[in-house]
Amino acid sequence: MSDLSHPPPRTPAADATISVPEIQAGPEPAGRAAEFVGRSPNQLAWLRLKRDRTARASALTLLVAAVVALGAPLLGRLTGIDPTDKFVDRLNDFGMPIGYAGGISSDHWLGLEPGSGRDILMQLVYGLRTSLFIAFTSALLASCIGVAVGVLAGWARGWLDSLVNWLIDLTLAFPFLIFALAVIPILQDRFYSDREAPSPAFRVALIVATFGLFSWTYTARLVRGQVISLREREFVDAARAAGAGTAHILLRQLLPNIWAPILVTVSLMVPQFIAIEAALAFVNIGVTEPTPDLGRMIFNSIGYVASDPWYTLFPGLTIFLLVLAFNLLGDALRDSLDPRSTR
Amino acid sequence: MNGVTNGQAAVAGDAGRLAGEPLLSVRGLTKHFPVRQGLRARGAVRAVDGLDFDVRPGETLGLVGESGCGKTTTGRMLVRLLEPTSGSIMFAGRDITHGGRRELRALRQDLQIIFQDPYASLNPRHTVGRIVAMPLQVNRITPPGGVKKRVQELLELVGLNPEHYNRYPHEFSGGQRQRIGIARALALKPKLIVADEPVSALDVSIQAQVINLLRDLQRDLDLAFVFIAHDLAVIRHFCHRVAVMYLGKIVEIGDRDTIYTRPQHPYTRALLSAIPDVTTLGPAGRIRLTGDVPTPLNPPSGCRFRTRCWKATDHCATEEPALTTRDDGGQLTACHYPESGPVGVPTGEPGSNERT
Repeated sequence: MSDLSHPPPRTPAADATISVPEIQAGPEPAGRAAEFVGRSPNQLAWLRLKRDRTARASALTLLVAAVVALGAPLLGRLTGIDPTDKFVDRLNDFGMPIGYAGGISSDHWLGLEPGSGRDILMQLVYGLRTSLFIAFTSALLASCIGVAVGVLAGWARGWLDSLVNWLIDLTLAFPFLIFALAVIPILQDRFYSDREAPSPAFRVALIVATFGLFSWTYTARLVRGQVISLREREFVDAARAAGAGTAHILLRQLLPNIWAPILVTVSLMVPQFIAIEAALAFVNIGVTEPTPDLGRMIFNSIGYVASDPWYTLFPGLTIFLLVLAFNLLGDALRDSLDPRSTR
Repeated sequence: MNGVTNGQAAVAGDAGRLAGEPLLSVRGLTKHFPVRQGLRARGAVRAVDGLDFDVRPGETLGLVGESGCGKTTTGRMLVRLLEPTSGSIMFAGRDITHGGRRELRALRQDLQIIFQDPYASLNPRHTVGRIVAMPLQVNRITPPGGVKKRVQELLELVGLNPEHYNRYPHEFSGGQRQRIGIARALALKPKLIVADEPVSALDVSIQAQVINLLRDLQRDLDLAFVFIAHDLAVIRHFCHRVAVMYLGKIVEIGDRDTIYTRPQHPYTRALLSAIPDVTTLGPAGRIRLTGDVPTPLNPPSGCRFRTRCWKATDHCATEEPALTTRDDGGQLTACHYPESGPVGVPTGEPGSNERT
């Protein structure tokens, strides 16, 4: 009776993963109704992601890291070691851990810190916590700002758009590291006198705020471009012709379409923040003692790199694996969400 | 402007012939897009320049014309996706020309649009059910029996399987997608649908099916249509009345049969002669227009078609022809020198304008 005899268009995505059952005209027998479940673009992306071996491997790595970071107190109770415990009796007169490979033993699986005598495994596990917390919070903050600003600029256009573009250019023109080097100590002096030590939470908040303030630009540009291209699409006009307001159009019509690229930027922002956070700690404006931190561990270990290279190795390797896994997962995510993109 | 007075005269003639209160009544509808260079306005693109027409309940009006003549702009103004520069749109006795969103809310339910591109007009991230239910959701309408039941009824109405409720647009063909778009337009039980080239993006074999679907719906639901197309065969198949547009103006408007058999305006004749006819060989009877459509930034004085018309005189350049009844024709024509006689026997000297 109609064009229903024509097979549905086969997108490469649909072809690759699932076979689209022939669409038939007329009512279906009730028993077969269950077959008619469409797969959303998101579900297709998820199927593609699940089939990606790199994605699976990196996701597993990150899952392990997340579980370890979340379960850090449990691990501490299991081994009976606190990250601040100092095992000075296991150090020799020069402050170096006794034993091979940085003092690796059945009690201290990754050895001890030279000088302080703290357990490296516990420092590492709690440091992972700090790193992941800062990276995720900052990525969330930056994305929220970026999405809000991008949607606003793309939707409003006109002078507001120009202003936002100008603001983005201005933000990008600031050298981030130098700014952080200058601003973090200044702000700390403003809130704390020389004598009192700043609370660790203050430093963490400061770092998160700095990251958020500097990293919303990429998301904002991306979202702005997406909104500008999507707002001209006819489904937006259809919603408006049906009487939809701006809130409906932005939240129900546009946002579902820009979720995918936002997710990709978040997944690529996190490893960037992990690395930069470590770099900040390395130049001594990161998280302060006694909060364990991977970057500061490396900073501390540099003095012992000739005598005890293991101390450098473990936090370095952890950061490396973490950043690599996040980046690979981000790439896999992008590929699965946009199957047409070729690398 | 004289378009309004002409229009009133035109409508008087029209109304005498066609009884009944018009559902949609357009007077002097104009849309100018400002052209800016820097901050200063530099003139305007006169996309639509003073349209007058009526659509009665259950009637289909075809808007034809070549690309860029303002058909789509007109359609978008009718459903108020674009704000008219001037003129008025009366719908069911109410002036809707400049209403805000709240005032338009009731109107939206009676006046819907079908879009040209079935690939761009459906949100790729929404299920078919959600797409078709969107107008109900936006207007907070809960039909008896629930939203899902209503959506499935609509899908059935447009010839789709109601079980496809949970599917996504990418799983459908172009023709099926257009049916989804039609179901969405029908969700609010409109009285008038603006169909903006609903079939021009479709395969020819599918075009006929969608057109037949629209015609069945029009008959069964007593819908009025403003049907925008550049395909004259489609218009002839679907529309009761036809308005021919050229450069933002209606040059001829009348009943389908009158327009197709005894067109008076030279442009209509040229347009009709351009329909490919497989039964005759060669360019027999084909009126070839020379030159391009003038820019709507600076349209010609007087009759806008005069730069390409083989009958044009100085009179055409100085006085704009009114859209009115000429030589006892059944239609309204905006031409000082209307053609007469059935189509196929060109009375003018089109050959003189023809380059070989």
